[in-house]
Parts: sequence; C-alpha cells; structure tokens
Amino acid sequence: MATATDNVDRGAATHPDVRSYTEVNTDILAMLSRPGKWWWILLGLSVAGIGLLAFSWGNQLINGIGLSGLNTPVGWGAYITTFVFWVGIAHSGTLISAILFLFRARWRQSIYRAAEAMTVFAVMTAGLYPLIHLGRAWHAYWLFPYANQRMLWPNFRSPLVWDVFAVTTYFTVSSLFFLLGLIPDIAAARDQSKPGTLRKTFYTLTSFGWRGTDRQWHHFGKAYLFLAALATPLVLSVHSVVSWDFAMSIVPGWHATIFAPYFVAGAIFSGVAMVITLMIPIRKIFGLEKYLTVRHFDAMAKLILVTGLIVFYAYLNEFFMAWYSGEDPERRVFWERLFGHYWWATWIMLICNGIVPIMLWFKRVRHSIAALFVLTIFVNIGMWFERYVIIVTSLSTEYIPFAWGVYRPSVTEMGIVVGTFGWFFFWFLLFIRLLPPVALAELKEVLPPPMRPKSKQEEVAR
Amino acid sequence: MSTARKGVLASFEYLDSTVDSIKQLKAQGFDEITAFAPFPEHHIEHALGYGNSPVRLFTLVGGLTGMATGLAFTTFTAMDWPLVTGGKPILSIPAFVIPTFEMTILFGALFTVVGVFWNMRIPDIRSQVVYDPEFSSGRFGVYVTAAPERFDEARQILEAHAPARLQDDPEAEAHG
Repeated sequence: MATATDNVDRGAATHPDVRSYTEVNTDILAMLSRPGKWWWILLGLSVAGIGLLAFSWGNQLINGIGLSGLNTPVGWGAYITTFVFWVGIAHSGTLISAILFLFRARWRQSIYRAAEAMTVFAVMTAGLYPLIHLGRAWHAYWLFPYANQRMLWPNFRSPLVWDVFAVTTYFTVSSLFFLLGLIPDIAAARDQSKPGTLRKTFYTLTSFGWRGTDRQWHHFGKAYLFLAALATPLVLSVHSVVSWDFAMSIVPGWHATIFAPYFVAGAIFSGVAMVITLMIPIRKIFGLEKYLTVRHFDAMAKLILVTGLIVFYAYLNEFFMAWYSGEDPERRVFWERLFGHYWWATWIMLICNGIVPIMLWFKRVRHSIAALFVLTIFVNIGMWFERYVIIVTSLSTEYIPFAWGVYRPSVTEMGIVVGTFGWFFFWFLLFIRLLPPVALAELKEVLPPPMRPKSKQEEVAR
Repeated sequence: MSTARKGVLASFEYLDSTVDSIKQLKAQGFDEITAFAPFPEHHIEHALGYGNSPVRLFTLVGGLTGMATGLAFTTFTAMDWPLVTGGKPILSIPAFVIPTFEMTILFGALFTVVGVFWNMRIPDIRSQVVYDPEFSSGRFGVYVTAAPERFDEARQILEAHAPARLQDDPEAEAHG
C-alpha cells in the first residue's frame, strides 16, 4: 500500500507545497495567535459599524419606523433587500461544505470552514432585518407559532410563516454542521495551547474531550455525511422559500414560477463571490498561499461563472416573459426597470451580474487573484442591487397608476445597512482569531499519508 | 474492562506501521484495540473492521419525528380555529408541506447531533488519561489492553513496529 501515493505527481496533489500533517497544524494554528496590525484595524472598523447600527436602529426604535423611507406604496425597501442579500450570501457556505462534500470535490477542504463560518454569521446578520423591519421589534415573537391569549395560530398558508421556519431551521442546521465539524480541530488547538491559559480552558470545554479515536472518527464521519445529506435539500429550499415571499403574491414582476431556481442560483453566485472576497485578504494577511492555491480560486470562479450565467438567463427570461405575457402591468414594470425612475439600479445589476462575470471565461482572469478580488466586489454590489430592483421597482409601479410612488432610502436605513456589514465582519474577525479557520483534519485527509522509509531488505526484494 | 487488565499506548509516525501493528495484534487474538488518528483514516477503520454506524437510525427517527410533528402541527392549528383565508381550503396540504419539510430537516439534524455525541461518548472528561497531544497533529496511535499474562506479548508487537513513543496505562481505562 505504500506505493499507492508515492508516485503522485505534483499536479495531481491538492496542496503540493504542504509536506506534513504537523506543518498543517503549525501553519493554521499560528493564525490564532498572531493578530497583526491589519486585524486590529479591521476590528476597529467593524466595531465602528456596530456603533452606527446601534445608533441608527436605536433611533428608529425610539422614534418609530417613520424614520425609514418606507411608505405606501413601497412598504419593503432597503431592509428586505439587505435581508435577502445576506440570506443569499449564506448559501455558498452550505453549498461548499455539504453539496461539494457529497460530490467529493477535493478542492473544498481549504475553504469550507471559513465559508461555513460566513454562512452562520450571514444568517445572524440577515436575522436582524426582520426585527428591524418590524419597527416594533419587541413584538418579534408574534412570528413564532405559540398559543396566544386568543388561541390564534399563524397562517401556515402564508409564505412569510414558511420563511420563519426556513430561516430558523437553516440557522440551526448550519450552526450544528459548523460546530460539529469544528470539534476535532478545536481538539488540535487544545493540544497545542499552553496549559493554564484561558485559551486552553476554552478549547478543552468546546472540544468536549475529543481524542480522535477510531470509534469517534467512525461515527463522526457518518454523522457528517447525514448532516450534509440533510443540509443539501435544505439549502436549496431556503432561498426558494425566500423567493416565494415574492412569487406567491400577485405583484407584477414578482409573480413568476422561475423565481425559486433564479433566487437559488443568485444566492450561490453572490455567496461564492463573497467567499472569494473574504478569502483573498485572509490568504494575504496570514500567508496561506500554500493552502489556498490558484486552483481553489479557479474552481470557485467557475462556480461563479456557471451560476452567473443562470442568473443572467433568468434576467433575460423575465424580460421576455413580461413581453410575451401581454399583460400590461407586467410589461409596464419591466419597461420602468430599464428606463424608469430606477434605471440606474437596473443597469448596475445587469452590468455587475451579467456582463462583468463574462470575464471569467478567460483562464488568465480566473488565475489572477487581484482580478478576482475586483470582480467579486462587482458581483456583491450587483447582487444587492438585484434584490433592490426586484423589490422596489415592482412595488412602486403596481396595478393602479394612481397608487404609483417613489421610494428613497433614508439616512437611518443607510446607516443600518452599512452598520450590519460591521456586525458581520466583527463576528468573522473574532472567528479567525478564536477557532481554526481552515479545516485541519480534512486537509490532512487529502495529503499523502506518511509511510515508513523502505529498509534495505525490502529494496533488495523488489 | 476488568481492573486486572493493563494497557499500553503506542504513538506511530507512519500510517503503515499503525495498520500493520493493528493487523498483527488482531491476528494474535487481541481484540481490545483503540486506534487514534489526526483524521478519519479508512485503512485503520478497515483494519479494525467496522460495520454501519447506529447514527443513521438517529437521523431516520429524527427525520420521521420531525415530519410527523410538522404535519400534525400545521393540521392541528388549521383545524383548531378554522378560518378561510385567500379562498383556500382549511387543510391546504401543499402549503403545509413546506413547514413539514423544514421540521423534518430540523429534527433530523438535531437527532443526528444527539446520536453522534452519544455514540462518540463525548462529552468525556477522561480525555487526558492516556493520550498523546500529537494525535491531533500528525501521529497515529494504537492502544491495546490485555490480561496481565498476555500483556507483554501485546507490548512486544507494538514495540516491533518502532513506535515514536510508548506509554503504559496500568489502569486500562483509555478505550474510546
């Protein structure tokens, strides 16, 4: 069996420059103890963002939802846009960790832990928006099915109630998946930290006494497989349910059967773009070039390309269907999108999500880290505007011309939207300092195992 | 384990030494073996001979419980206060499929996590009993317990494969 991996050529290895298991531990766990100047600068910015969020939201809680630009006819605006944006971002983590796990894509090992963390924090960020959008956030528990004084129950025919179930389930399952996968790696951090430190205590408690015995790995592997199998349909269902928040209504521009696949593709598109945007600075700051090779970015860029093409097809299909339906309100909304009050938002969406990703057909672009960084930021911006266009343009020009109106985000809304980026990055930055941000155990799985050096006799026998 | 037994833990640098020592131990009739590895290593699992994990039963039962709960809950609440909305029937099964599906996944995942913790026997405070911190880094381990009269034989088998470290465990309590 020693010969099985001896002759692997460099091109076939996933991480050709990583030599030993110990090296993986040393390199990755060093990230936990070496904050560096950039980490503190980014943390400072994130805390400032949280301050802005707290101020803006606090102000809105005291003075009322009137501080937002929401009014008749546009009752959903920047808040719901950003909610959908963050739920979308959350999708790539589970895609990379669960779906690519089932497909045995070996390039996922280096990125999936960070992508999973991003998923959990993105759902935590998205989860703020229904509360913010409610206005009277202290009534948020009305969303959950419980026996209230009048024994009234929520209406399970409503997509908004489905959404509560989908998003809370998604948050729970993706957190469990993330935390279960972390246990062996936290144990590695525990074994390497100095006795008597606070870190040692923290890792000892959170690794639950993991020892890496055969029994533990056996059950762990099976549980991981089952969780991946459960998370796969879940991830596809969550953004479908989010899309039905729109598609189940009869608002022109929303009432379309293509919405579920269109939203799921868009979610993966934006999520993978966000993973690249996050991983490039991390790779640079922590010197992870050995672990995050150009090959990993190439594979992610191809995912962006595929989902981007689906999204662009869906855009064109929507315009075609609006024209082909012959419905006047439907045609009106799509005409207004291109040439009406919000033309700029629509064109940002079309250019960022439809035109810019075409560059990814070129290998030189996929292999250039700098180009990918710029390109994925375009995609992130474009995907925020996609949701803005869908929500705002449809509501502003519904059926009755008398009821048409224009929405403009207020300063409070902008403060909250910018502030939640601080909230998201705050958690992400804490994560890369506290928990192993690259999956140690799974990385070792794809490295060639260490074999005994051949003895003289064995050499002669051959 | 009876208290009369003794254990020994060997740490290996090489995978083939680990697998060979496990095979040799099993061939000599030592069955109380626990292996340690920094990642799920299927050669070791194969050498030890594993069947199906009972975690899958937890997942199945969890999923079915969730499905039943979801269906029962949506049906019960609709019947509890029958109110026609949107001209839809009181029991709008297609709509109820969605919360039911989400509950299936939720309960399935929760049961899986409970099942895996139960089967992995964690949380476990014995973790530092006889252990090598290198097991989470790069080394493989083989731990074997035997009756005192055959203990030296087992220890010799492990020693023959040139372990990087050999620790005796007179309490014989480090099985996983």
